[in-house]
Amino acid sequence: MTSSQYAAERETTEGRVFTVTGGDWDSITGAIDPLSNEKIVVNMGPQHPSTHGVLRLVLELEGETVTEARPVIGYLHTGIEKNLEYRNWTQGTTFVTRADYLAPLFNEAAYCFAVEKLLGITDDITERANTIRLLFMELNRISSHLVWIATTGMELGAISMMLYGFREREYILDIFEETTGLRMNHAYFRPGGVAQDVPDSAVRKIRDFLKYMPKKLKEYESLLSGQIIWQERTQGVGVLDVTGCLSMGVTGPVLRAAGLPWDMRKTMPYSGYEDYEFDVPTAQTSDVWGRYLVRMAEIRESLKLVEQALDKLKPGPIMIADKKIAWPAQLAVGVDGMGNSLEHVAKIMGQSMESLIHHFKLVTEGFRVPAGQVYVSIEHPRGELGVHAVSDGGTHPYRVHMRDPSFVNLQALPAMAEGALLADVIAGGASLDPVMGGCDR
Amino acid sequence: MSIEPTGAELGAPSQTPASPQKGMFGITGSGDVSGFGGLVRKRPEVAGTAKPYGGYFDEVTDALEEAYPGFADAIEKVVVDRGELTLHIAPEKIAEVAQIMRDDESLRFELCSSVSGVDYLNTDARRLHVVYHLTSMTYRRRVRLEAAIPAGGSLPSVTSVYPTADWQERETYDMFGVVFTGHPNLTRILMPDDWDGHPQRKDYPLGGVPVEYKGAEIPPPDQRRVYQ
Repeated sequence: MTSSQYAAERETTEGRVFTVTGGDWDSITGAIDPLSNEKIVVNMGPQHPSTHGVLRLVLELEGETVTEARPVIGYLHTGIEKNLEYRNWTQGTTFVTRADYLAPLFNEAAYCFAVEKLLGITDDITERANTIRLLFMELNRISSHLVWIATTGMELGAISMMLYGFREREYILDIFEETTGLRMNHAYFRPGGVAQDVPDSAVRKIRDFLKYMPKKLKEYESLLSGQIIWQERTQGVGVLDVTGCLSMGVTGPVLRAAGLPWDMRKTMPYSGYEDYEFDVPTAQTSDVWGRYLVRMAEIRESLKLVEQALDKLKPGPIMIADKKIAWPAQLAVGVDGMGNSLEHVAKIMGQSMESLIHHFKLVTEGFRVPAGQVYVSIEHPRGELGVHAVSDGGTHPYRVHMRDPSFVNLQALPAMAEGALLADVIAGGASLDPVMGGCDR
Repeated sequence: MSIEPTGAELGAPSQTPASPQKGMFGITGSGDVSGFGGLVRKRPEVAGTAKPYGGYFDEVTDALEEAYPGFADAIEKVVVDRGELTLHIAPEKIAEVAQIMRDDESLRFELCSSVSGVDYLNTDARRLHVVYHLTSMTYRRRVRLEAAIPAGGSLPSVTSVYPTADWQERETYDMFGVVFTGHPNLTRILMPDDWDGHPQRKDYPLGGVPVEYKGAEIPPPDQRRVYQ
């Protein structure tokens, strides 16, 4: 292969087309006549390594200034919402958890809250189940923000930040694995409670993590906050004020960095958040820098919440008492992953015909959910995650729609990018923290 | 203005899934002699709720009635269910209602949280329902607007009131074939541009393939014998 093939050019009816794989901008700038070709259309992606998942951006440039930016999405569309309609209500958690793969527990939580609201059992969820849910959601929020700081660091040239962020995230994923059997895509929250109890070893790990993480946060800040390049790349970049956020539907850290302390955990509490003490961090700068400050502060608030949740974690049932809803599986983590506990299998196969019938009926048929529709929303690391669930009275969801914050927030990218420099598209886009698995579902 | 890309109304591929209305197992012709296969299920009509609605729902409906002269014509039905307020809106009035909902001082639904669709095939002549979830950050309230149109129908876009509805309306168009008139760029968003049909419609098959497990063949989920 000759070197010219890296930046092959050909003439089309729309103009000259270059195929560029990176690092060979010189061949384009050399081939373009700056007087007759003022406008360049750059097709960034759909496989650009600096985009979160498979995102494609079509950018119109004049020099280095972006005049028009159009995000093109759909590359990770897997039909999760459609698939849900062909499985029973409990199986749904296995699907929704795969939407936003950096915050799987939030998808499960929002879906379970919706199913529970449809069933009218929201108040019957046991205290321990609620505390475990809150605990794991907050751990998940930390791991999601860590990926944000890691990937954003990488995209803006701070490669070491990526290594550190992913290293600390792995600590949290170990805790998840210890409890749910999986690092990601847990299907841990089920309608009615959680799949299995938190083992003592995981609680000890979480306590260790609480001691470990604050030191690491200080390290990140000493690495980034005073760093002149980091400041130059983030301050005054990707500005979107409160009006802009609300009209584009942007919620979460981006909205809070514009100064509006809108956090559903405070304003419309769920899962017992009203009993916890924490603050909603905000910034006034509306730029990437402000979003960085807000996310760092949110990790600290989440650590506070995790600590309080551990103190509140009292022994008790983790599944709703109603045996017509509670999945009969008594799961245990074995050497080959998570599965039915051997005691439960011995009981239904050897001792109790009634248990076997019950298990069979519930697993093959599922439970019926009274007809109606609900909308439930929770504070996801990226903003408002809403689940609109419709039941026709059957054992399968009639329709489930996930209002994913990545999808809605990504609309605001042109508003941030147009008129700015090409390099700021990366900073602005990264600050929205889009996860394409959630965006395309 | 209505933008109609090629393939928008071609409908689904010829294979259609079993109707969930009839029978309990989703398939026919399996030699089922139990009689359950002949059961016909009827979905209940959604009934309107009578006043008072309770909570903030009365305040919201009263404020809307006061601020919007066309209230009687536009509001088809008010439903309160599971602590949520749903206003069924005449589809042609949806943008007007959204404008009042956003701007009126006693309503102030600043944020349009979600726009999506539901296909009520065989239960409603106007089978495609577009559902808007509005959030008032000032009053910490939520309300659902629902507008029903028949297949092939259209309704005004709310993008001029809530620019955030742009992508969400495109998704609803892509998935259900609902045409939003006045939308600045109503094209497919999740499916490829040349896709036929609208995948979230109930008469659009899942399109799974059979899976073989150690010689036994398992049909795709929508063709399995499964209790419904």
